[in-house]
Amino acid sequence: MDRAFLRRCLANRRISVSLAILALVSVAAILGPWLSPYSHDGLGPLRFAPPGAAHWGGTDLLGRDVLTRALMGARISLMVGLSGALVSLAIGVTYGAVSGYAGGKTDALMMRLVDVLYSIPRLVFVIVLISVLDLRVRAALVGLGHPEWAPQAKFILLFIGLGAVQWLSMARIVRGQVLSLKERQFVLAARALGQSHAAILFRHILPNLVGIVIVYLTLTIPVVILEESLLSFLGLGVQPPMASWGTLIAQGAQTINPIKSYWWLLVVPASAMAMTLMSLNFLGDGLRDVLDPRARR
Amino acid sequence: MRLAGAPLLLLAVASLTFLLMRAAPGGPFDREKQIPEQILRELEKKYKLDGPVHEQMGRYLWDVARGDLRLSTQYRNRTVNELIGQTLPVSMALGATAFAIAIVAGSVLGICAAAAHNRPPDYALMVLALVGVSLPSFILGPLLMLVFSFWLGWFPVGGWGELRQLWLPALALSLPYVAYITRLVRVSMLEVLGEDYVRTARAKGVSEARVLFVHAFRNAALPLVSYSGPLAAFILTGSLVVETIFNIPGMGPFFVNSVLNRDVFLTGGVTLVYSALLIAFNLTVDVAYVWLDRRIRLD
Repeated sequence: MDRAFLRRCLANRRISVSLAILALVSVAAILGPWLSPYSHDGLGPLRFAPPGAAHWGGTDLLGRDVLTRALMGARISLMVGLSGALVSLAIGVTYGAVSGYAGGKTDALMMRLVDVLYSIPRLVFVIVLISVLDLRVRAALVGLGHPEWAPQAKFILLFIGLGAVQWLSMARIVRGQVLSLKERQFVLAARALGQSHAAILFRHILPNLVGIVIVYLTLTIPVVILEESLLSFLGLGVQPPMASWGTLIAQGAQTINPIKSYWWLLVVPASAMAMTLMSLNFLGDGLRDVLDPRARR
Repeated sequence: MRLAGAPLLLLAVASLTFLLMRAAPGGPFDREKQIPEQILRELEKKYKLDGPVHEQMGRYLWDVARGDLRLSTQYRNRTVNELIGQTLPVSMALGATAFAIAIVAGSVLGICAAAAHNRPPDYALMVLALVGVSLPSFILGPLLMLVFSFWLGWFPVGGWGELRQLWLPALALSLPYVAYITRLVRVSMLEVLGEDYVRTARAKGVSEARVLFVHAFRNAALPLVSYSGPLAAFILTGSLVVETIFNIPGMGPFFVNSVLNRDVFLTGGVTLVYSALLIAFNLTVDVAYVWLDRRIRLD
């Protein structure tokens, strides 16, 4: 990444504004729960207190501080998003690169598999997979002699599993790029010098894809965050007392009723999440404009 | 070729779900209290879950191929066919409404934005669309409910059966995609509006509305057609959440419960129906695409 590139990025208003918001959310997520006078699962005497001087985001049914919980949820959601995106990157790039580089029948077969996987409802399978593997991983952790980790099984799964089913688009894009790059002169030169296929692929071809991979990495993070929250919303993801944005929004949705609306329970985590998703989408779009001039809209 | 692949794909989906559900420790008859061995074996026999797993799967696939999705293990004595028969129409009604709203509203707004290119209405629509894209259904749902049911009292809180109860969930389900389609249509309209044949139409004195909605939109709609495949998939999974939020007796809540309760055949059945819907829809989209754009041929 050279300096001219960085300057172009920062000159793009979409990129700089969304980076600023993301930095703000991240710093708040890291420092917030630590600076806050309340703990995220500490019960308080004030139940359903509206936002005010003592509780900026109000309190919930058990008197817990909503803002602290939303920031704790931000930690979890952001971590899951980042790790999921990285897992999807690893699988997608490897799969797409191998497929494109191999070409011919292997390529056709590998891409056919991607087509097939595209045509089944992914989230439905994610729901089945997560709840089934949860029990497996629990049993495995107990078998390994770490029963104290067993309650965290779902957490581990969310970290790895959501990325593991999210690599299809990345694979397609990387494959397309590799397909055209491998015909270029520098690849021929590398081959003439007697370099192995692995060296050509990883040292010569893949470094050319950094830009486009970063764009899709940025666009994958919000998708993973969304899926994690969706699972948690349905009660299949992060388990209490831990809370992600999805769990908090679900609780907020459950407590609104016609007699008294505890709107802050819904609005605080929802706006934190919407703000983050929006800036991630902005960032991805902006980066795409800068890095991939052909995809400019 | 693709048509022939579809049933095979569905059988693969059925075996995959079955294996997954059976591979996990525990089973559909696990309760807090241990069931006596004898009864457990009777239960397994009744639900055809006895014998080695590969035999169980073989028999299950045979039943599925004949259209029998078997008995639910949780809702005793009710068949999965019956449960799906009751819930699928509800989900379909909600999904189809949301789909129609997304396509129609998204196209109209996209055309308007393109017509007002680089003027205030265009900017306003684009800002709205960017906000909309980042608001998932499970945030929109409760928010819409809070504002329109509790504060304004315009719509009922949830439930199903009346037309009035359809709008909020359909909106929650479709708004993010209205936003996305607005952006999609705007971009492709802008591209098409620069073409020669549009200038010709205008020169001939065709009215501006007709140029936009008929001449230009016809070609600008192609990206929309290819997006409608993924759109159907998103609406399908989105309806899982929206049905839960608005307390709608569709397939979604049944599916989530069936996974939690290890109701093997209900999970399998619903997964199959979801997959079948999606595969059928994607096939239709492929055909529609070729029909709309004669430059493309399917092999």
